[in-house]
Amino acid sequence: MKFTLSWLKDHLDTTATVAEIAERLTALGLEVEEVIDRTAELAPFTVAHVKSAEPHPNADKLRVCVLDTADGEIQVVCGAPNARGGMMGVYAPVGTHIPGTGLDLKPGVIRGVQSNGMLCSEREMGLSDNHTGIIDLADYKEAARAAVGQSFAALMGFDDPVIHVAITPDRADCTGVRGIARDLAAAGVGTLKPARPPAVPGTFKSPIGVEILDEAATACPLFVGRHIRGLKNGPSPAWLQRRLLAVGLRPISALVDITNFFTLDRARPLHVFDVHKLSGGIVVRLSRPGEEVAALNDRTYTLADGMTVIADHDAALGLGGIIGGEPSSVTDETTDVFLEAALFDPVRTAATGRRLGIESDARYRFERGVDPDAVLRGAEAATRMILELCGGEPSELVIAGRVPDWKRTVALRASRVKTLGGVELPVDRQAGILMALGFKLAESEDRVLRVEVPSWRGDIAGEADLVEEVLRVHGYDRIAAEPLTRTVTVTRPALDAQQRRTAQVRRTLAALGLDEAVTWSFLAEPVAQAFGGGHPGLRLVNPIAANLTVMRPSILPNLIEAAERNRARGFPDVCLFEVGPVYRDATEKGQETVATALRAGPGGRRHWAEAPRPADVFDAKADALAVLEAAGAPVANLQVTTDAPAWYHPGRSGVLRLGPTVLAQFGELHPALLKTLDATGPAAACEVFLNRVPPPKAKKDGAARAPLKLSPFQPLDRDFAFIVDADTPADRLIRAARGADKALIADVTVFDVFTGDAIGQGRKSVALTVTLQPTEATLTDEAIEAIAQKIVANVAKQTGAVLRG
Amino acid sequence: MDDLNALKTELMDSIATADSLAALEAARVAALGKKGRLTGLMKSLGGLDPEARRETGAALNTLKDAVAAALEARRAALAEAELQARLEAERVDVTLPVRPRRQGHIHPISQTIDEMVAIFAEMGFAVAEGPDIEDDWHNFEALNFPPGHPAREMQDTFYLPDRDDGAKMVLRTHTSPVQVRTMVSQPPPIRVVVPGRTYRSDYDMTHTPMFHQIEGLVIDETTHMGHLKGCLVEFARAFFNVDDLPLRFRPSFFPFTEPSAEVDIGCSRAGGQIKIGNYGDWLEILGCGMVHPNVLEACGIDSKRYQGFAFGMGIERPAMLKYGIPDLRTFFEADLRWLKHYGFVPLDVPNVAFGLTS
Repeated sequence: MKFTLSWLKDHLDTTATVAEIAERLTALGLEVEEVIDRTAELAPFTVAHVKSAEPHPNADKLRVCVLDTADGEIQVVCGAPNARGGMMGVYAPVGTHIPGTGLDLKPGVIRGVQSNGMLCSEREMGLSDNHTGIIDLADYKEAARAAVGQSFAALMGFDDPVIHVAITPDRADCTGVRGIARDLAAAGVGTLKPARPPAVPGTFKSPIGVEILDEAATACPLFVGRHIRGLKNGPSPAWLQRRLLAVGLRPISALVDITNFFTLDRARPLHVFDVHKLSGGIVVRLSRPGEEVAALNDRTYTLADGMTVIADHDAALGLGGIIGGEPSSVTDETTDVFLEAALFDPVRTAATGRRLGIESDARYRFERGVDPDAVLRGAEAATRMILELCGGEPSELVIAGRVPDWKRTVALRASRVKTLGGVELPVDRQAGILMALGFKLAESEDRVLRVEVPSWRGDIAGEADLVEEVLRVHGYDRIAAEPLTRTVTVTRPALDAQQRRTAQVRRTLAALGLDEAVTWSFLAEPVAQAFGGGHPGLRLVNPIAANLTVMRPSILPNLIEAAERNRARGFPDVCLFEVGPVYRDATEKGQETVATALRAGPGGRRHWAEAPRPADVFDAKADALAVLEAAGAPVANLQVTTDAPAWYHPGRSGVLRLGPTVLAQFGELHPALLKTLDATGPAAACEVFLNRVPPPKAKKDGAARAPLKLSPFQPLDRDFAFIVDADTPADRLIRAARGADKALIADVTVFDVFTGDAIGQGRKSVALTVTLQPTEATLTDEAIEAIAQKIVANVAKQTGAVLRG
Repeated sequence: MDDLNALKTELMDSIATADSLAALEAARVAALGKKGRLTGLMKSLGGLDPEARRETGAALNTLKDAVAAALEARRAALAEAELQARLEAERVDVTLPVRPRRQGHIHPISQTIDEMVAIFAEMGFAVAEGPDIEDDWHNFEALNFPPGHPAREMQDTFYLPDRDDGAKMVLRTHTSPVQVRTMVSQPPPIRVVVPGRTYRSDYDMTHTPMFHQIEGLVIDETTHMGHLKGCLVEFARAFFNVDDLPLRFRPSFFPFTEPSAEVDIGCSRAGGQIKIGNYGDWLEILGCGMVHPNVLEACGIDSKRYQGFAFGMGIERPAMLKYGIPDLRTFFEADLRWLKHYGFVPLDVPNVAFGLTS
């Protein structure tokens, strides 16, 4: 919402400066976005009399002008074709900053003649793009009787500061200058001027009638019209044009400018039809599907069902509350008009505007709610101005529908300003603020104010609204900050166990050398499908980009694509992770937190001490295990299976399970998949499903950890090499060895795996180191031998392996 | 005796000139070995008369001790020299670069959330979370956005297909639906913060379709706007580490709070750089207000008894301000250079007691 200071002063009697007004507006909740105040900038430009304009002795197109100015007699050299002796122009002295050129004016000698200032064009003053010649005051009505030395901008109102405020959606009343003036007056910035008495008696009965069809009764509860005949349209007066221009509107004609003026001045959108272009009377109805409206913005809209239409007996003329129609619009030749001041339902107006993509000043106001009690007043005020500017003869008012019941009373317990707002304020002061805003005190008893809400404040529904009204006028800055009460002295943890694990996982992965990424939750549908996605409930109805269309089923594709982008920039060695959501379906449970880690590229640069090694399945598995460990999963009890999803290398990937639950999947990425993503690879990755890790067991009473039992006896290692079928998982040998004596065997590791002719086709050798940890006594050779035999026997039994001779 | 002196000279010479442990061993064997010169002389003592035997024996013993000592000294010297030589041979160019080790980093969004949570934890807040995909009721209706209300247009919503029961599904436009989820599921008093992903259909210099917010909610019987102010003043000063940071509360509008406010912090824009502090200019950082009675009632909380405040703040913007990150869009590009430059080492865990990140 933009307005000028002088416009505001039509409604507000104040001596406050623009800066004071701006500060107060923001404090009231009418946030000032910008103040354009050109007063200082335009002050040096004053009216001058051109006493003489003689041809320049050394240049054909230049004139040497002698001016009578505020600074006395000044000689300037001027190149404008319209410079002539006797005219009144606008003079800028040496030293002036010229807004149109951005330069500071210097004294100069032009082709041998002294020039000490300049005669300016509108463009040089930054008033318009007009640069056909210098300003000739004869062209400006307001400046007709200007005296030498007067400020040209002040004379013309060009220095009227423009204030741009952001209006929140609740403040329909402040979409008009008068509403803003009222707020300022309530806050003590001047007094609100009385509105002009408006009624204009009609002299004849309008031949144009208005009918609101029943179907449109809620869409348009009230329509006030008036026929005005015998008027003359044409350009509006300079003051009106200037105001509209100042707030960014293009003046069109007096009639149109008048409707725009009331839209901005009173938040009262209006429309005028050319009576001679109407076919029969006005009908307010709902649109028929497929019906078309040729709108004033030179576009034709095809309407859906149920939009509010202003029609005549033949066709839809315009969209009620949004935009008028071109065929019935007024022109310079218009002599008879039908004026419309109506009320339109905010929700329907908003829906229609959104659906058709039409932004207009009318829609902006109607969807916020236009004052239901000011429809007649609006029609009268507009009539008055039309008669003033265009002449003509008004009919009696034509009224269809009725003013909706807007009256309501809201109670405010005076104590609530303290108990909700935090400010102790006398009840009188509270009442005073509300009265100044236009509320009427219905009754006041026992420190409860019962107030009638003014017709223009549709946003006020309850006590909290009134507390806000009182507080914002009193000033939020006068609310004293108070510390939140503490219920405990020592800070309690803010995170629950699951949140804490997620945080640990994140920092664990970073500690392992991976960089954390945060990537979009959505991605392209074909990519989602390649990663098991494709649930129809996860497809965005209104995606913002072609590659961000569905919710991601996996974080991996985002990391793979990020790795490729980094590679393309010359950084091929990429270790990234993200801990974030993936989506299986649109339910709450369909969202899972997944820790995903990717290691891509050559694994480092060539180095004098060690060769780079691309990450493989075991790096990915190590990452997965580290994440699971950090997440508190029982890592020792996990099973490994080889049924990882299709985006992994079928022979170099695995799944970590706890019983039937998949906790993680890991592996090298499938080359075909990398190719579909245009990624170079190689890459290995893991995905760990953090929500599936069982919650930590509640601590039993007492200590958080079991006591540490230290054995006084040294552990000892024994090595075993087994020959087994090549497709037997090493894991089974380890488990079998470990199972031989659970009390004594502390650890089993694999220290060698190989295949070859010496072993035999389809066979492999797996060498284990078994760590024995005696707890009772040092083991005798016999005891060790007995254990060794148990191990060999158990491994043989479980896996068919034989000890290598 | 002269013979012994000559022998001594000879033996000592051979020890002193031994230039390796092997040569020294040869000298030792030549002097003290089974067939060594001194050993031979010792053996010949038996043929002497007692007087001469005693005299010569004493002299030989003296010589033997001297030779043994010289041998030992020479051995130590040679061993030392040999070690020196070996170490010298092992010399490397220590200016060579070391074996690479990876240093991972925490993303500024995670770090900023952790910092904010650390501060709010000090004020008794716990962390609550909720899903990114919400139904219309949680995201709008329970928050007092009636259907068709223009306030819904303040937020450019991403829609998903309707749920089977007809519910409109959206990507949450703010973290506020978690207010609703919290109030529905737990009785007051409530004091939670809600960090998380949020989505709006807007993509330009200063907007990304996905971003992060942190929401705060306090519900009890006495908390009023003064407490809201106190809470946010404390937070902003701690987060930006500016003790006298001024905050400006401006009346504003959100459907789910009444009264509502937007909050600016002090800043300077001199030279096109934003600097946070008491410099006379203002920068908006969050919206807040007292929870609207309609919201409390929608969540089944008695609005006559309970009240409280809520606030919602972006994560990216404060992070940009605090850490000098110039461009919002870079947050989600996973550019390694950016992550390493603006990221945080994993051990830098924000903690009010040890100091927040700076």
